[in-house]
Amino acid sequence: MSATPDKQPLNRQAMADRVAMEFGDGWIVNLGIGIPTLCSNYVDPDKQIIYQSENGLLNYGPLAVEGEEDPNLVNAGGQYVIPLPGMAVLDHADSFALIRGGYVDVTVLGAYQVAANGDFANWKLSGANGGSIGGAMDLAVGAQRVFIIMEHTTRDGAPRLVTACGMPVTALGVVKLVATNLGLFEITGCGFLMREIAPGYTPEEVRALTDAPITVAGDLRTFATVPR
Amino acid sequence: MNSKVYDTFDAAVSDIPDGATIMSSGFAGPGTPRNLIAALLRQGATGLTAVSNTPGRWADPRMDLGSLVAAGRIRKVLAAFTASPHPSVRTTFSELLDAGDIEAELMPQGTLAERIRAAGAGIAAFYTPTGVGTEMADGKEIRSFDGRDYVMELPIHADYAMLRAHRADEMGNLQYHLTQRNFGPIMARAARITLVEVDEPIVEAGAIDPDAVHTPGIFVDRIVVVPPDGIQEARA
Repeated sequence: MSATPDKQPLNRQAMADRVAMEFGDGWIVNLGIGIPTLCSNYVDPDKQIIYQSENGLLNYGPLAVEGEEDPNLVNAGGQYVIPLPGMAVLDHADSFALIRGGYVDVTVLGAYQVAANGDFANWKLSGANGGSIGGAMDLAVGAQRVFIIMEHTTRDGAPRLVTACGMPVTALGVVKLVATNLGLFEITGCGFLMREIAPGYTPEEVRALTDAPITVAGDLRTFATVPR
Repeated sequence: MNSKVYDTFDAAVSDIPDGATIMSSGFAGPGTPRNLIAALLRQGATGLTAVSNTPGRWADPRMDLGSLVAAGRIRKVLAAFTASPHPSVRTTFSELLDAGDIEAELMPQGTLAERIRAAGAGIAAFYTPTGVGTEMADGKEIRSFDGRDYVMELPIHADYAMLRAHRADEMGNLQYHLTQRNFGPIMARAARITLVEVDEPIVEAGAIDPDAVHTPGIFVDRIVVVPPDGIQEARA
């Protein structure tokens, strides 16, 4: 999609920033690899967040600086992180017991497609032999909330917000909120509710890039964040 | 009782036969038994079934299961990843999978962990909400409890487990360091014979506080200390 000076699709940092604004004080948060990981850079410092990583870490800190890594302390993305006071380590069975047990307040994941009924697809490309599920299916059914960050369309311009997922699904009916580069969408019982829109776009322009009905919130706002 | 402490990795893996099922711990590096895997590669056993989070990390030159895959020693893989999280990254495993030259059973990571846990805990089957409505539930029993659907999953047993831990005493009691722990405690219980490589010299019984033992020694059969010139866990 061509961006004119008037049209300002959000970049990765701004999408992560916007989703991080939704985190509640005291939440246990699991961030998927890629854009979701960036959310931790933008959380309001007045909120106390406990980050959980499915390889068995609770309350870990920021990325370690070069030269100060502990080779045995990584997050689920394999990035070296630093410990925080009060950090705890779990084995894999306990880590996923915590996840399925409902103790994670939100998981932020990437996706290929999100459907209007809250289904989403993020583990396998259609027709591929291999897939990368990792912890996504467990997080999707176990976390209290599933938030998705993704580009609004594929590189070829195909919509990613769809009526029904055409790709292999990760979980059914779990997504609550989607941030794309064009808008912030809540998933209600009636499909996609657009709460915020990227600067310079009209709802009709966003609808034209979406393969599902969009309801526009009565108090639709321009994205409540700015790219940094 | 014979000592559990072996002098070499080669001695520890010497009896692993062709066709064995091998569990290998490790997540994104920490906990990967790189020295035992290297010894198994030298030993030559083939037709193996590997149970692990991934069939080797992607585009990572360090010694891991990917080395056994590339050498054609693995017949089947049970894992939570059978492709890189970045679909554009292709590996030898991807080529073998596409060619039908390796078998794979892909499953959610929590299901993998719980199936391993169940094997070591004497549990015959369990029901998980994970995977309901997805390809992961194809052909499996679905049962509803309190109005929610669950998929029945079965345990995964193994002939051998290979782990890396931080410290062991002469009884085989283990401590892991941080995220090195991952699959170690559950794989040690799920396998008939558990092999462990440890970072530090073996300590005498009693040197590890009983309250601080992560894996009791009864689950551990063979321990080898990683020598200074062995493969250390380090940045790729």
